[in-house]
Amino acid sequence: MNILNFLNTFFSDGANWHGANGIPHRLLEHIQYSAVALAIAAAIGLPIGLFTGHTGRGGYALSAFATGARALPSFGLLVLMTIWLGQLGTTPAMIPLVALAVAPILVTTHEAIRSVDPAPVDAARGMGMTSPSVLFQVELPVALPLILGGLRSAAIQVVSTATIAAYISLGGFGRYIIDGLASHTYSDVVGGAVLVAGLALATIGVFWLVGRLVVSPGVRRGR
Amino acid sequence: MIRIESVTKRYADGTVAVDDLTLDIPDGSITVLVGPSGCGKTTTLRMINRMIEPSGGRILLDGQDLAQQPVTALRRSMGYVIQNAGLFQHRTIVDNIATVPRMLGWDRGRARERARELMDRVGLDATLAKRYPYQLSGGQQQRVGVARALAADPPVLLMDEPFSAVDPIVRKGLQAELLRIQSELGKTIVFVTHDIDEAIKLGNMIAVMRTGGHLAQYAPPDELLSAPADAFVEDFLGTDRGIRRLSFFTSAGLDVTATPIVTADADAAQIAERTLPELPYLLVTDADGKPLGWAKAEDLAPRTDAGDGASTEDGASTADLLPHGRPFVLGQDSLRDALDCAVLSPTGWAVAVDGTGKVVGVTSQETIATAIRGAHAGRATKPAEPDADAPDAADTSAAGPAQAPATDGPAPDAPDGDADAPVKAAR
Repeated sequence: MNILNFLNTFFSDGANWHGANGIPHRLLEHIQYSAVALAIAAAIGLPIGLFTGHTGRGGYALSAFATGARALPSFGLLVLMTIWLGQLGTTPAMIPLVALAVAPILVTTHEAIRSVDPAPVDAARGMGMTSPSVLFQVELPVALPLILGGLRSAAIQVVSTATIAAYISLGGFGRYIIDGLASHTYSDVVGGAVLVAGLALATIGVFWLVGRLVVSPGVRRGR
Repeated sequence: MIRIESVTKRYADGTVAVDDLTLDIPDGSITVLVGPSGCGKTTTLRMINRMIEPSGGRILLDGQDLAQQPVTALRRSMGYVIQNAGLFQHRTIVDNIATVPRMLGWDRGRARERARELMDRVGLDATLAKRYPYQLSGGQQQRVGVARALAADPPVLLMDEPFSAVDPIVRKGLQAELLRIQSELGKTIVFVTHDIDEAIKLGNMIAVMRTGGHLAQYAPPDELLSAPADAFVEDFLGTDRGIRRLSFFTSAGLDVTATPIVTADADAAQIAERTLPELPYLLVTDADGKPLGWAKAEDLAPRTDAGDGASTEDGASTADLLPHGRPFVLGQDSLRDALDCAVLSPTGWAVAVDGTGKVVGVTSQETIATAIRGAHAGRATKPAEPDADAPDAADTSAAGPAQAPATDGPAPDAPDGDADAPVKAAR
């Protein structure tokens, strides 16, 4: 059987479209894990990145942290958390996902703010803007495309990695892969993998759309 | 008045950017801080709006110590213009200009209305209002920068090398525009530049600073050029300061003669009558009194005889004329312009015109030299410099005062005096 046959088998099976193990339900679960993890990571990474980028402090600490975070194996962390915390709902799965996503968000936000042209920042200060106004009215709008880029790559990594949640008996598209491997139902494995890839692509599309909506035309076309 | 009182800026590493500087900056005029890089001119400027805090001394604005005032309120009361304009690329032009009024709590509509007013003031077309900075040229962006600084009508304007990053032609336009705006608004402007020519062109007062943050000389441009305080200032001013100083002498009192001027259809008798003994040329004008060019008297006579009465077309004769070069506007241009015209003229005589371009007379290099000596004598400044000018031949040509030929025609249509007319950059 080749891949196309696997896909055909998987997607034409009516049982895969209904109920708790149906694609719509698994999709919602997968989106939910990813969105929550991304939101938590953004809530940590964005403020710290904005602050350190604006003040210029903590650059070294950040790069050390980012390197460390990238070296963390998500799967190992998942197992570790499950052992420590037990089956506490989605928490053991959230921790490795958040750890995965914080680093790209934090580091790109920091770098995006740092890379804003100093001239308008100087002009803004000289005109009497307060420090928070400079950050939110001058630096952030200009840095927004790069910051969104950081969020996007974090989101893609989270969507791909959220499959491991299934390893600790949670849902999401990872169910098809984990269960398919266990039962040697390779059509489920391939189908699940394709679904994850499709969701990652859709994520890119969502960020593109968000960029069109929130980034000023002056910044978008100015680049 | 801004009073800089024994101000010093010393950095943690021991570098002294400004050393015990004392300077009184008068109200309603342009004061230029000029000097080579590292002389502390920008540091001085930035201490006025407290972007940099002095490490010694104090700065007073109308008697009030700046250090006692809330820093954001202080900065909002001073316009700030920097090199490359520093526009906010995510905001439209009109919103860029409205920045400070918005910070001061104006509602959006009023702030935008004010911004549009200022676009007109600085010569920006109203159609640019909704554009973004990247859609504008460098010169236009700098105009937006000036408009933004003027938006809340601050009494003080700080300008840090605002025109350094644009090409020379655009820069010239921006400088002229600044002078025009200043003549209307009368702000207290502190202007930093490394370009001494720009300083001389714009400054009512010029502070020349030298490396290490010392004040080398503080004087009006005319005095700076005539009496540099020391070798550093003299060297910084460059070689032709004698000539450049002539920019400050008006051509108003210059003697011009209308004698050697004829229209293209002049007859032999007129030509003979109008030829000056010291000038073998006659200036030919068209029927409106506009200059066409120079012709030798003997060349002119036979041709006008040959050309029968039907020669309304003067194209044939103008082709043979010597070019008259750029004329100067009598009373409006300086003696430097007049001298330049004379030096460039093939006959050595400059053509003087009125505001409408009509010839009012011609004048020789010798006459201009006389006027220059007179102007130097008239100024009670330091001893007139011995350099440059005056070929000291006894001037034979001090002809009678200006006497315009054929003063007919309509009233002058004010070339650029109209205050509210937007003036374009390229002129």
